[in-house]
Amino acid sequence: MANFGDWLNKRFPLRELMREHLTEYFAPKNFNFLYYTGSLLLLMIVMQFITGFLLMAHYVPTGPEAFNSVQGIMYDTRWGWLIRYMHVDGVSLIFVLLYLHIGRGMLYGSYRKPRELLWIVGYTIYILMMGEAFLGYVLPFGNLSYWAGQVITSIIQALPAVGPALAVLARGGAGIGTATLERFLALHAVLWFWIIAAAIFIHILALHQVGSNNPDGIEIKENKGADGHPVDGIPFHPYYTVKDIFGVGVWLTIFAAVIFYAPTMHGVFLERTTFSPANPMVSLPDVTPPWYLAPFYAMLRAIPNKDGGIFLMILAVVLPFFLPWLDRSPVKSSRYRPVYRAMILLLAVTFFTLAWVGEQPPLPKYFLLERGGAAIYVGFYLLLPIISRWEPTRKVPERVTS
Amino acid sequence: MSMIKKWGVLAVLVAGMAGVTVRANADTLLSPPSGYFNKPAVIAGAKLFAKHCSTCHAVSSLRYERLASDLGMSKASIEKDVMLPNGANYRMGMEPAMTQAEAKKWFGLPPPDLSHMVRALGVRFIYSYLQSFYWDPNRPSGWNNHLFPKVAMPNVLQPWSGIVAKNGQVMQPGRVTPAVFHQRVADIVAFLRYASDPSVFIRHKLGPYVLGLLVAFSLIAYWLKKEYWKDVHDNPSKRKK
Repeated sequence: MANFGDWLNKRFPLRELMREHLTEYFAPKNFNFLYYTGSLLLLMIVMQFITGFLLMAHYVPTGPEAFNSVQGIMYDTRWGWLIRYMHVDGVSLIFVLLYLHIGRGMLYGSYRKPRELLWIVGYTIYILMMGEAFLGYVLPFGNLSYWAGQVITSIIQALPAVGPALAVLARGGAGIGTATLERFLALHAVLWFWIIAAAIFIHILALHQVGSNNPDGIEIKENKGADGHPVDGIPFHPYYTVKDIFGVGVWLTIFAAVIFYAPTMHGVFLERTTFSPANPMVSLPDVTPPWYLAPFYAMLRAIPNKDGGIFLMILAVVLPFFLPWLDRSPVKSSRYRPVYRAMILLLAVTFFTLAWVGEQPPLPKYFLLERGGAAIYVGFYLLLPIISRWEPTRKVPERVTS
Repeated sequence: MSMIKKWGVLAVLVAGMAGVTVRANADTLLSPPSGYFNKPAVIAGAKLFAKHCSTCHAVSSLRYERLASDLGMSKASIEKDVMLPNGANYRMGMEPAMTQAEAKKWFGLPPPDLSHMVRALGVRFIYSYLQSFYWDPNRPSGWNNHLFPKVAMPNVLQPWSGIVAKNGQVMQPGRVTPAVFHQRVADIVAFLRYASDPSVFIRHKLGPYVLGLLVAFSLIAYWLKKEYWKDVHDNPSKRKK
């Protein structure tokens, strides 16, 4: 066995990789429950790949057959319901994890120097995931799929100059049909997915270059012991591998509870309008996006003018990219920045309120919430450079607190 | 950060997400009695459905064969009580007695396939809809519906419900008591709910085992984590290599 190990390691840097990324990758010892989200996201994406592969083996990407082929998976394929519910509910749970993961980064200042690139790559993955979710959403070709496809491609159409041509390219013709499903499937399962996979690979490499942040926002690399290792760091393996296995157990319990007892989550994870076949003659009373995209949809509606709404929505999506440079405080973690912490909590509440309002029909009584929410969301980013300069900070300890 | 603050943050996030899931529902739909959904009710509902609904409505996604294996019914019982005598195929989906062309001629619209109707409209809608018919001589069928005005479907449940005027006045009582009528509608809804998601009985049967296994796994993993982390908490300088 030792001989085989030597043989292999002369030809492939397995030992070196293990050392660099697991046994001698030092992570802060004060991670809290929010630090499970990264490894869980990786697990969930691998599961989406496997379940997606199995679904694709039974799916027919044509206008007349797509809906029926999905029902064939649900009714006639052995364990088909399990695979499809894993795939569909997996999306919503991935976005729960993504929002916790991104929220954690904001709470503890994980986007600050030297982790700007890590933040940008991570946020790019989030945007790519929204695209991946949308592409997958159209495939079952329920009536919601059809109209969601119409709405989103009409946003592409609104782009100046190239818009109309780009929309035809996206749809594969003038309308949503077989050509759309074929190219959406190809994008969803091949190109888009592998771009996400590559981005995740870069995200993890960038993380291991700079090292993990922690809830105290202290750089553990600045305080090394006699052995050259950070005093507040512990090797990722075995400490965090065993800890993450526990996290996986708890998370899979939640995941299974959803699949076995509330697979549609009362129409939130799997909307009612997805259960009638695509029909260009029957428009939906209101086309609302899934909950995880709804905040941006609410902001799109906040301005009753197509170009203005699209501008606000794109602004809302793009602003977090600049977070590393908008924050001017000398302190990273919100633990030692009471004002910033209050702002983050307000932003979180606003974001989920926008998600709720984005699911409601477009009625005048919601305009105030939509506009107020959009103002707070955009205001957070625009005011941060000013507030973070003068906000009071508490003293940051020398060592991490446990 | 103190434990209280940490959980405060979590509570805010969870409250936000709960806000997404709880949708305002200001309508006044009726709900079937709690506990109405179980295997005997689904079987009773399937039989009632075959007698009163499947003259017109298909449940094309659900095969008779599947119905038999999920509900523990014999092939003979399915053939006698659920399949129509017009040569429906045991291995295929549930078909209506009349053809789509005939239905279109008689009702103006082909009656919809009910495979996914409960998931599309909700249990409460179907349960209320079936009890909201009233007598309206201006309609071609003589029937109208409070929940679905000008619906093409006549009140096929009239023998049970009797004839009710728009203002709720009973013009002719049904042959069964209102309680029996509500019960039968609830059974039909139970069948349609099952038909829209036939994995439901398997899910509910396997659920406790899957969850139990995962909880046991989590407990063992927690114990393992605790063992490993002893030396982090006890003596930070003595780390495993």
